[in-house]
Amino acid sequence: MTTLQQPQATESHNTDVALSLQNVTISYGNFEAVKNVYCEIPRGKVTAFIGPSGCGKSTVLRSLNRMNDLIEGCSLKGSILFGGVDLYGAKIDPVEVRRRIGMVFQQPNPFPKSIYENIAFGARINGYTGDMDELVERSLRQAAVWDECKDKLNESGYSLSGGQQQRLCIARTIAIQPEVILMDEPCSALDPISTLKIEETMHELKKSFTIVIVTHNMQQAVRVSDMTAFFNAEAVEGGTGKVGYLVEFNDTDKIFNAPQQQATQDYVSGRFG
Amino acid sequence: MSDPDSRYLLRSRPPAEKLVDISFRNLAIAMASVVAIVLFSILVVVFQGSLDSMARYGWQFLVTSDWNPVDDQYGAGAAIYGTLITSLLALMIAVPLGVGTAIFITENIIPKRIRDVIGLMVELLAAIPSVVLGLWAIFVMEPFIRPGLELLYQLFNWFPLFSTPPMGPGTIPAVLILVVMILPIITAISRDCLNQVPPQLRQAAYGVGTTRWGAIINVILPAAISGIIGGVMLALGRAMGETMAVTMIIGNSNNFSVSLLAPGNTIAAMLANQFGEADGSQVSSLMYAAFVLIVLTLAVNIFAQWIVKRLSLKY
Amino acid sequence: MTHTLSQNLSGSGPDLSYRPFLRRNIGSGVLSLIAAIFAVIAVLPLVLVLGYVIVQGGSKISLALLTQLPPPPGLEDGGIANAIVGTLVVTAIAGLIAIPVGVGGGVFLAEYSRSGWFAQFIRFGTNVLAGVPSIIAGVFIYGTIVTSRILFGNAYSAVAGGMALAVLMLPTVIKTTDEGLKLVPDDLRRAALGVGASRFVTIIRITLPAAFTPIATGVVLAVARAAGETAPLIFTALFSPFWSDLLTPEGIFSPIATLSVMIYNFAIEPYEFHNELAWAASFVLVVMILALNLFSRWLARFAAK
Repeated sequence: MTTLQQPQATESHNTDVALSLQNVTISYGNFEAVKNVYCEIPRGKVTAFIGPSGCGKSTVLRSLNRMNDLIEGCSLKGSILFGGVDLYGAKIDPVEVRRRIGMVFQQPNPFPKSIYENIAFGARINGYTGDMDELVERSLRQAAVWDECKDKLNESGYSLSGGQQQRLCIARTIAIQPEVILMDEPCSALDPISTLKIEETMHELKKSFTIVIVTHNMQQAVRVSDMTAFFNAEAVEGGTGKVGYLVEFNDTDKIFNAPQQQATQDYVSGRFG
Repeated sequence: MSDPDSRYLLRSRPPAEKLVDISFRNLAIAMASVVAIVLFSILVVVFQGSLDSMARYGWQFLVTSDWNPVDDQYGAGAAIYGTLITSLLALMIAVPLGVGTAIFITENIIPKRIRDVIGLMVELLAAIPSVVLGLWAIFVMEPFIRPGLELLYQLFNWFPLFSTPPMGPGTIPAVLILVVMILPIITAISRDCLNQVPPQLRQAAYGVGTTRWGAIINVILPAAISGIIGGVMLALGRAMGETMAVTMIIGNSNNFSVSLLAPGNTIAAMLANQFGEADGSQVSSLMYAAFVLIVLTLAVNIFAQWIVKRLSLKY
Repeated sequence: MTHTLSQNLSGSGPDLSYRPFLRRNIGSGVLSLIAAIFAVIAVLPLVLVLGYVIVQGGSKISLALLTQLPPPPGLEDGGIANAIVGTLVVTAIAGLIAIPVGVGGGVFLAEYSRSGWFAQFIRFGTNVLAGVPSIIAGVFIYGTIVTSRILFGNAYSAVAGGMALAVLMLPTVIKTTDEGLKLVPDDLRRAALGVGASRFVTIIRITLPAAFTPIATGVVLAVARAAGETAPLIFTALFSPFWSDLLTPEGIFSPIATLSVMIYNFAIEPYEFHNELAWAASFVLVVMILALNLFSRWLARFAAK
């Protein structure tokens, strides 16, 4: 297996860090979903969050562009720094956060509009002034779905297959030119061929964007990511549910071949639970 | 291209956009508050309007039935009694009819196509304006049932409820038209509740070898009963507040009579009849009666909501 | 085949044939019959009422009836034209008030606060308001708007009538909007917010359009119901035997005729021609309302496709 020789990303300088999680604890009401996460997500790389279900990896991902604001009773302690700014600071507008940190969701969720409008919608609300036709084409090409779409840009986004819809959603996110793209199990609803295409797309995208992806598929993490964070959950004393925490964060290669923690070793070798 | 970001002018949101966002939210809150304001104002307006009459007649107002604008003497006992008796009698007739119809159109006794037509017709019945039903009641229904009422009087005039000769408008015709009005509510809500019973329950019942009606009576109805009771309570509230059809057929008599064949009155009918021409203490007394009607319907409606919430936790 | 089968049934195998005179089967049949009779009784009033409205009212429809004013009591020449216009005007006023307020309130409940205490309180209030008798809405508007002459010194008016109807429409519109928006998958909301749309843009451009049909269906039903209401109008919009001058503001600030109040007034008058006008007005009103109902049904079915 080829090893991407990266300088110690975990200890990298601030300029190479896209997002920095400082002692992040996220709760739903009184129930803590994930606790005490420290993590520095490098710029221009693909970082994967893996772990068993209920370990809070998706919760952490959604907190990175304040998507959790939509869930009533969800609160966050600690801080998430983006370019040195705390995303949860008092004066931060979550809408602006999401314009810089885009997101692709688990289920393909195109708008009930034409393919063209699906792309143009986000660009327009971001005040895009360039040539819209060109932007639509470029975004769809980057997301590797242009060939399937070019003849039916005015048809509904729902006329595409599931895998194509998901790539449309990726194109939609690219079109707003965010700095970071978050992907929440983007392939979980797709067939293997579509999954492969999305993974190829991601290899292209990491040239221009920082990508954070949650996946329950360890092979996918190995295939697409440079860095991997392994989350686990454990029952707490006196608590009712399990609390997630970050076990280990390192180069993907190290996580899968030479993990530091026994829990990681068990999980990646399939001896989990 | 130099900096891709430079073409996204609104990357940082201008204050105007934020203002629109916040204003819209506040507008939505304001619109939602209108409900509370209207509800509260209704209570205040009616309560304030009735203060005079409350001070003058107190509780006596509720049990005396002397309603005489000439002597300036008011008691709403007859109207309150009429409101209760008409709606309860209507309920007694409409509940079996409505629930029976709902069962008939949710079970596959006859082809779905015909059941759907019946369901549609019952729903359309709900759409017919009450004033049209009143017109029909005056000119068609009442003349049609009068011979029956005559017979009732001749056979049972020793019995207080049928002790006066029918004169046309009266309590029984009002009850019948109320049945027509609340039947669609009971049927529609019962049908929805029966449809929502999980199919597994029915399969379980059939699985142990019951007949269709065994399953309906022992399994399906009990599972749907909370919603059906809620619907019945809503219908009761509707019946108590129903105005036009009742006004047109009940006879609007201010005198109390225990006989169902005699003309009667309800609070709503009294309001419709007298409010426009009333002044002075009559307005206040009508407001007092309106307040009683609000309290009655509120109690029934809140009870309905409570019972649905309470009983629906069971399955 | 059949021969051996029946032999088998009467022979050694278990007897599984349907025996209609078994007690449980008789009971089941009787109950089914009762339910069927109930269903027929439930449908009967619609058939009878519609039948009479069509026969008594439909037969009197003529161009004169649809274009002329009602005659003075005792005379026999005229129509219901002003009431038709009046019903449209008063219902439109009610819609103009209740639809924006109701949709706004519904947006708050579904989009901004699903489970907050204030939202719960408003939902409860909406249910309570929906249960308020229609005559009370009339009393309320009479007590606040009519007697105070707050509308530029006018007492009874089309606007007051429209406001009373709006009170009745409001809960339906709020509930419909609330429930329609709840049907919009959260995926769509997240998609819009994920590309950096504000709540305002998300609601206006994505969720409200996505929920358009269920909301429209409910709103049409609310309008239909309001168009047939009488009780709230008797002492708010009152009645008028004349045309309302709708080209000037005085028109909507003065008493106005409506079909429903016309039916009420003319039904209890002793003049036969006025009774006939009441039937004709019923026909027009019922046709309008049933058309709206069928339209909303069509909308719902259209959406399902």
